[in-house]
Amino acid sequence: MNAVRKKKVSIRVNGVEHTHEVEPRLLLVHFLRDIVGLTGTHIGCETSICGACTVMLDNAAVKSCTVLAVQADGADLLTIEGMARGEKLHPIQDAFWECHGLQCGFCTPGMILSAHQLLMRKPRPTEDDIRHAIDGNLCRCTGYQHIVEAIQQAAKRMMKGTGKKRSAQAAARRQ
Amino acid sequence: MPVSKFVGARIKRREDPRLLRGLGQYVDDINLPNALHVAILRSPYAHARIKSIDANDARQHPGVVAVVTGSEIKDQIGLLPVSGGNPTLRIPKHYVLAVDKVCYAGEGVAAVVAEDRYAARDALDLIRVEYESLPVVSDPEKALAAGSPVIHSEWPDNVAFRSDLKHGNLTKAFKEADKIVKQRLVHQRLAPIAIEARGVLARYLSDQKELTVWSSTQIPHMLKGHLSQMLKLPETQVRVIAPEVGGGFGSKLNVYAEEGLLGHLAVKLNRPVKWTEGRTENIQATIHGRGQVGEVEAAVKKDGTILGLRYKVIADIGAYHQLFTPAIPPFTGLMLSGCYKIPAISIELTAVFTNKMSTDAYRGAGRPEATYVIERMIDRVAQELRIDPVKVRKKNFPKPAEFPFETATGLAYDSGNYELALNKALKIAGYEKLRRDQRKLRSQGRYLGIGLSTYVEICAMGPKGMWEYGSVRVEATGKVTVLSGASPHGQGQKTSFAQIVADQLGIGLDDITVIHGDTASVPKGIGTFGSRATAVGGIAIYQSAEKVKEKARELASHLLEVDPDDLNFSEGRFSVKGVPKKGLTIQQIAQQARAAKNLPKKIDPELSAESMFEPSNFTFPFGTHICVVEVEPETGQIEIKKYVAVDDCGKVINPLLVDGQIQGGIVQGLGQAMFEEVIYDENGQLLTGSLMDYAVPRAADLPRLNLTRTETPTPVNPLGIKGIGEAGTIGSTPAIVNAVVDALAPLGITHIDMPLTPQKIWSLGQAAKPAAFGGRR
Repeated sequence: MNAVRKKKVSIRVNGVEHTHEVEPRLLLVHFLRDIVGLTGTHIGCETSICGACTVMLDNAAVKSCTVLAVQADGADLLTIEGMARGEKLHPIQDAFWECHGLQCGFCTPGMILSAHQLLMRKPRPTEDDIRHAIDGNLCRCTGYQHIVEAIQQAAKRMMKGTGKKRSAQAAARRQ
Repeated sequence: MPVSKFVGARIKRREDPRLLRGLGQYVDDINLPNALHVAILRSPYAHARIKSIDANDARQHPGVVAVVTGSEIKDQIGLLPVSGGNPTLRIPKHYVLAVDKVCYAGEGVAAVVAEDRYAARDALDLIRVEYESLPVVSDPEKALAAGSPVIHSEWPDNVAFRSDLKHGNLTKAFKEADKIVKQRLVHQRLAPIAIEARGVLARYLSDQKELTVWSSTQIPHMLKGHLSQMLKLPETQVRVIAPEVGGGFGSKLNVYAEEGLLGHLAVKLNRPVKWTEGRTENIQATIHGRGQVGEVEAAVKKDGTILGLRYKVIADIGAYHQLFTPAIPPFTGLMLSGCYKIPAISIELTAVFTNKMSTDAYRGAGRPEATYVIERMIDRVAQELRIDPVKVRKKNFPKPAEFPFETATGLAYDSGNYELALNKALKIAGYEKLRRDQRKLRSQGRYLGIGLSTYVEICAMGPKGMWEYGSVRVEATGKVTVLSGASPHGQGQKTSFAQIVADQLGIGLDDITVIHGDTASVPKGIGTFGSRATAVGGIAIYQSAEKVKEKARELASHLLEVDPDDLNFSEGRFSVKGVPKKGLTIQQIAQQARAAKNLPKKIDPELSAESMFEPSNFTFPFGTHICVVEVEPETGQIEIKKYVAVDDCGKVINPLLVDGQIQGGIVQGLGQAMFEEVIYDENGQLLTGSLMDYAVPRAADLPRLNLTRTETPTPVNPLGIKGIGEAGTIGSTPAIVNAVVDALAPLGITHIDMPLTPQKIWSLGQAAKPAAFGGRR
């Protein structure tokens, strides 16, 4: 087998630019895990069914086990490691904690990013919306109920948060 | 137990923040410098002789460090272990890589070790294996038939072992019966599908002669013992670490070929080696569950009294035994009485080799099969006798006063109140109204079904050798270190164990660290399976905390110069009765104990204690699940309209975690009933080798579950806890199958084998009564 020509890619991950020479066949998930060294994105099936590898690529949730790193050249990625602000958890993470939305934790990063996409698109989802939004993320431990409750709680808190922000902004404008 | 502040409280988990932030370290997340990657070449044939293996090209491939084959290493690594004492047990030689012959599709044939995972995978394609295919038998019933291909030529047929047990007078039971109800039942093969597949990382420090194996396992201590034997290394030179483990469900309660192989390669190459299982490999080469085909006969009186039960069953073992393979089917026989008084029971079990992956423990491990048998039969009996299934159940329950209740199969159920749980579930579900609705809908040509399952299961494995280790140490800083030999992998015992200790010692949760899963930190242990971690492991910790408290009392008495009986203990402090200001906190005592400058005679320094708890009996959680479905005639689709579960696992340490266990368990049971099946064709080819073909339940498939509990403590342990890891899976499967059969009863349907796929239901309905079932011919 001949040595494969490597290709240079630049991918922003959680706000930090990573430039590397990679084999064109390198999967994005392996780029994240093996090259960037962020192992919170997991691999559960390699066929884009289980969703453990879900990340946000230019604001859309994708399954990084079926995206090539070269396809993500120039993209902006958000992985689970980019959700919290230091020790302060994102409201979705906090709600998963509060509602016991995780057991073994392996599906959790992907689940949280799918929930994140849902709440970006639909801040007041119904239970049905939530169940459909995470239909591409398999969890074998929880039976999903606590996950659904966590996303409902996160939605509430985030609405409240944005509500507060808005009223603060409105108050500032009035002054 | 003192006033409980933490035990019984819904406390969120202490293990979560790192997992939520993606910082948990599962095996594949651990990167050691200079590590090599291993890929395994697996047989495409279910049964074939290996004529030759040519690995020269693979060895030349850039980045490849080594290629090993079964015959090259067979003398260097011992066989895979099997536990089981059945005298008829046949144990075929099970090498870590096949030698001469493969017996299932997916069996490892060779391993490539390379500088990175891509190179290792590339090199697999360069290995040329010449196979001579042999006749295959993949169906367990055909494997027993005369003339079947024989998989292991050491024996004349494919029988792996037999077990025939008769309890009570069956002849009399069947003679006195008004009716004999017969049913053939299939428990299809399932794949456990932990979302983290397996993984192994091994490192050998040659100067220290220490082999460390990180494995995604439920049983680090047992694995350490077996690896030491397989690799012929003293136990002192082997350390096993179960880091973060991404689900197990029994599939990681084992000793696998890759664990032995990687240990061997690390020593031989003197470099760290890592193997990460792919999902297809996981379905090919990680154990399956269930896999039984049986004929049941129930002898009953007209009023629904069950006089006797016969179960003739074939258990599909697969090609080899894995660690607990022979132990699983007998559990089915043991639990056949369910929660009923059945005076006579017989089990005729034949375990059979087939050209497939081994079956072994999968969540419930033999008990879901038993519960399915008895709960389906109760409904069959009710249907035959035209009695409400609730009445048949109540008729045969033992009363609370009859506990400990002895079954014909020789078990003593510790405690129970079956009717209480049933009545509660009926009330919540609105059973009477549901039946009225059903009659109304039936008259409109709609198919509503109500299914019950009143289950009992066997937990807290167990008496006779299945102890667990725990220790509690109050450090000089006042912080508390708890060690456990259990090895949780999602169940949350870093939290629930801390709750137990916090209450005992009157301290806060934040002062407690629970350590498990590393054989170098925890001196001994057995592991997490059989719903034992809390009900056995938690008790070892409770006892250790008790001992610590007693030692602290002795020390306090010495230091304060008062009689131990003159000390009160509350909120983590011993104080002199009547002089509350005079006292010492447990932390102060620990400091003194560590300093060891003023200790009473015969008292060792340090405030710590350890304990090994072995329960005197199993525990028997129970409950009632009610499932309400509507079957859609046009599509064969099942809609779960309501799911009510009343579970009783005795006392509860953390209701939040118990709810999580029940919900997850129920959904796994519903998965078996509705979607899941590992399918091999007649050539032994795996047809469900990815998650595109093997259907695991998804969020949108499921309803919101309505959970509640009754609480009947067990007398078997001082905390009264029974265990809850598997109850959901055990209880749920028959509830939904009974519901679907009930829905379709007007069509004359009396049974449907799982999984209840729309195609199956639609076809059955078409065959039964096309016009009524949405069909037009």
